[in-house]
Amino acid sequence: MSDWLANFLGDPHALLVLVVAGFLPNEVWRMLGLWLGGGVDEGSEALIWVRAVATAILAGVIAQILVQPPGALASVPDWLRYGAVAAGFAVFMLTRRSIFAGVVSGEVALVAGKWWLG
Amino acid sequence: MALPPLDSVTWQSPLRAFALGMRSVATTVLTLVLFATYVGIGALAHDSHFSLGWVLGSTVLVWAGPAQIILITTLGSGATVVQAAIAVAVSAIRLFPMVVSVLPTMRTSGTKRRHLLLAAHFIAVTLWVECHRLLPLVPRERRIAFTHGLGCGLLLVCLVATTVGYGLAANLPVLFAAAILMLTPLAFLLSTARNCRQISDVLALVLGLALYPLVATLQTGVDILISGVSAGTIAYGAHWWRARA
Repeated sequence: MSDWLANFLGDPHALLVLVVAGFLPNEVWRMLGLWLGGGVDEGSEALIWVRAVATAILAGVIAQILVQPPGALASVPDWLRYGAVAAGFAVFMLTRRSIFAGVVSGEVALVAGKWWLG
Repeated sequence: MALPPLDSVTWQSPLRAFALGMRSVATTVLTLVLFATYVGIGALAHDSHFSLGWVLGSTVLVWAGPAQIILITTLGSGATVVQAAIAVAVSAIRLFPMVVSVLPTMRTSGTKRRHLLLAAHFIAVTLWVECHRLLPLVPRERRIAFTHGLGCGLLLVCLVATTVGYGLAANLPVLFAAAILMLTPLAFLLSTARNCRQISDVLALVLGLALYPLVATLQTGVDILISGVSAGTIAYGAHWWRARA
């Protein structure tokens, strides 16, 4: 049992690294948001600006994954990644904004294209 | 599975509100996207020689897909703890405006900050999108309990997915791995597009997509922050100008 637990948890040092390099630098932004957002009024103009910035930062994350793809996605040619997103978005609009239809179509376009390229 | 009307007696119990939040996990395609993404994260952690306990701990504590992928790949490639921490911190900046924009919609006059602590921890892209969609259908005084249910439900799904991915790791083909990584931009784009309510939201999304590749050529290390704040501010400017005209 203790063997299983030691194996499950692994190196205690790695768990400390998880907290220092993963948990704290990530959580600090949420806690800052809690500290500041706790006092913002729901209908305020500032909140419209904050939401626009959050949306634009998220758009940046999306663009980053497409332009500088991580890991296995880098094995897919640029035109196929952009084409798959365009196909997904087109189907999303045609199906009166169905996320499911859009995501599935984009994925099918990607897998079919990659399979066809060999 | 629609939520009960705002004046329904069901909402009088915080526990029922929590259960309804948890049940809402089944009403969004983003749950499937999260499941597949965390299968990918579990597999990545296995291949980078982290323990199962470590990667499950990262899902609970970090609770942000991109940050976990960055943490595992930077540490796995031999970067120092400081380098990994900086990379994670930059990727996580987006959480700040998300938390600021969602929490006011949950608050009542009697809410203290500490009541919002767990809800703030659960905020990531999926919960941000789903809160904007679902919270207007929930009575204000039950929104925190509802969010806790939604967050716990999504977390459970992701813990299962992480374990599944960790176990499958060696058997995942490259094409499958590429398809999983493609889920994040597709789902983020479409769910954000569906949530656009004002002209400022649409402009922020379009300008944010267009500006990032331009700013990225500067290689500042905080490209996403620069393109995001500029695009968001221009979008807000357009909203302000229209409202005034």
